[in-house]
Amino acid sequence: MSGENARPDVENLPFAKALNAGLRRAMAENDHVLLMGEDIGRLGGVFRVTEGLQAEFGERRVLDTPLAESGIVGTAIGLAMAGFRPVVEIQFDGFVFPAFDQITTQLAKITNRHEGALRMPVVIRIPYGGHIGAVEHHQESPETYFAHTPGLRVVSPSTPNDAYWMIQEAIASDDPVIFLEPKAKYWLKGEVDTTAPALPLHASRIVRRGTDVTLVGHGAMVTTLLQSAALAEGEGISCEVVDLRSLSPVDYGPLLDSIRRTGRMVYAQEAPGFLSLGGEVAATVMQEAFYALEAPVLRVSGFDVPFPPAKLEGVFLPDPDRILEAVDRVLAY
Amino acid sequence: MTPTDDTVACDEPDLVRILDADGTFAPSPAAEPYLDLVEKLADTDLEQFYRDMVVVRAFDQQATTLQRQGQLALWPPSFGQEAAQVGSARAARAQDHLFPSYREHVVCTIRGVDPIDIIRLMRGMTHGGWNPYDPKNGNTHIYTLVLGSHTLHATGLGMGLVFDGRCGTGDVDRDEAVIAYYGDGASSQGDVHEAMVFAASYQTPEVFFLQNNQWAISVPVSTQARVPLAQRGAGYGIPSLRVDGNDVLASFAVTRHALDEARAGDGPRAIEAVTYRMGAHTTSDDPTKYRTSDEEASWARRDPIIRMQAYLRGRGASDAFFAGVDAEAADGAADVRERTRALGAIPVSTMFDHVYSEPHPLVEREQAWLAEYEASFEEGAR
Repeated sequence: MSGENARPDVENLPFAKALNAGLRRAMAENDHVLLMGEDIGRLGGVFRVTEGLQAEFGERRVLDTPLAESGIVGTAIGLAMAGFRPVVEIQFDGFVFPAFDQITTQLAKITNRHEGALRMPVVIRIPYGGHIGAVEHHQESPETYFAHTPGLRVVSPSTPNDAYWMIQEAIASDDPVIFLEPKAKYWLKGEVDTTAPALPLHASRIVRRGTDVTLVGHGAMVTTLLQSAALAEGEGISCEVVDLRSLSPVDYGPLLDSIRRTGRMVYAQEAPGFLSLGGEVAATVMQEAFYALEAPVLRVSGFDVPFPPAKLEGVFLPDPDRILEAVDRVLAY
Repeated sequence: MTPTDDTVACDEPDLVRILDADGTFAPSPAAEPYLDLVEKLADTDLEQFYRDMVVVRAFDQQATTLQRQGQLALWPPSFGQEAAQVGSARAARAQDHLFPSYREHVVCTIRGVDPIDIIRLMRGMTHGGWNPYDPKNGNTHIYTLVLGSHTLHATGLGMGLVFDGRCGTGDVDRDEAVIAYYGDGASSQGDVHEAMVFAASYQTPEVFFLQNNQWAISVPVSTQARVPLAQRGAGYGIPSLRVDGNDVLASFAVTRHALDEARAGDGPRAIEAVTYRMGAHTTSDDPTKYRTSDEEASWARRDPIIRMQAYLRGRGASDAFFAGVDAEAADGAADVRERTRALGAIPVSTMFDHVYSEPHPLVEREQAWLAEYEASFEEGAR
């Protein structure tokens, strides 16, 4: 930061560094916040999100665990029973599945099983999504599995400021939170205001105002939607963009407010479309805002195929062309 | 008669045994290091072990009957495994944390859990039943039906004890330890293996207590392992041993020793208690389809209660003592029966309460909708 007008509490940080700063602050404020995962200590994580934290807080606060995801999540549950607030890093989206049983049959249900007597303040950080040209199991969007599971909360920040605050809010939550980090955005820089969070953890947000059609998505898709909106503006189409931020629960307030003004909606997601979050949101919008809709809600999704080899990811992932094609279709009604 | 090929023989030299099948004090060579722990037990301790076994067997048989009469959805009997459970649970100290699997009725009740709370679980009234950290429940965790999953929770809790300095100070009355119960079937689960990896890495104050009851429903232990299960511990760097799980004195001594080593900071320990599930896997099971009556008869001769009874008689316990225990057991079972039949309905709200600790709009909306929906019928009836 430089210049005499610069505010000392506003920093321009890349997404990954903002997460790092958020984790550091949470760890400094509560000595029972503990990080665990593969290669997160000495190496600082494969994306360097936890860089420097083991040196600062020690090996008992930042654990380089054995390489076993079910073991990591299962022991995190036990640590939560002992009064800790564990923050687990899963190295890549496709590697969360060995822990799927512990997350869905145990972590999600333990509070319910104990009739509220035990709380499960565990955060599972998962770098997710495509756009990085990686090998199999390194580019997936598994949000639906977790959003479908009662007992879990699922969130996904799309900006450095949200990354900084939402990780702290997730750690403060007494419920388990699946924290999906759009890895394509790790290097995106943005302003981080360290004085106060702009929004609660589970709020959605209108990130661009418009009048003709509402574009909805989360994570890295928000950038694609904003690019689409900018291109549409050149053709005289005014798009409003909603960043969902929270995938479970979904904050429908700003979304329905937007749709009641525009009458049209396009949902974009990297995950395959069948039984996806976009399908759930579309159904709810139809139920809650049926008379405001001028056109069917359209979804632009990853295709219903395994995430393809990286050379084809540009075809698989929704891009502004496919989103604008859907915009044209909803406007044709 | 010897057991069939499918079950584990109990005459191996490395097996820790103190009482033989007819109740004679006849320590095996492997029992030598544990004899002083047994010698320190007072007559009242020995009588308590016996009382525990008889009282909980009566409860277990009553619960089986209640299931047959339609009062419970299911019952997994602890019949035959009383010595392993009494010995290990009595070995745990007040500050220890116990993670049962789902057949540890003896362990739970010894630690203070009200039998009716286990009944409520098996009746379909709750998925848990008690709060582990309510002082009356003795840090006893609830049952986990996904086999082996809880061994990781036990290990994680043990890691927390290490990180918070709640063990390893040298004070046996304050240092905390963890015991994780599981069976021969669960020993094949990946989570159990990962728990041992983590336990060894972080040197948790933990005892892995495996009750080898020979059968994972219909599959014999020989399918789970071609070597004694206790041998697996060595591969993880976890000192392990085999004990006669139908010998309550041996089960007590090895577990007390292992827990005290673990709490002192020596790291995890593993015990394989060789026992036998004398009943069915659950009330839905039919053991006649997979095992012989000869095998069952051979294990009945090693019944843990008969063995302890003979030992106590040899030490001069009176007929009045045994009659008193039988009366206490019968009274306890009758009490459970009466309280089971008095259990009422559970409120619908329990389905929505505690899905989350903090407010969740979707769950709240659905709960409100259901209340309105149900109220609409009441209005219509007026």
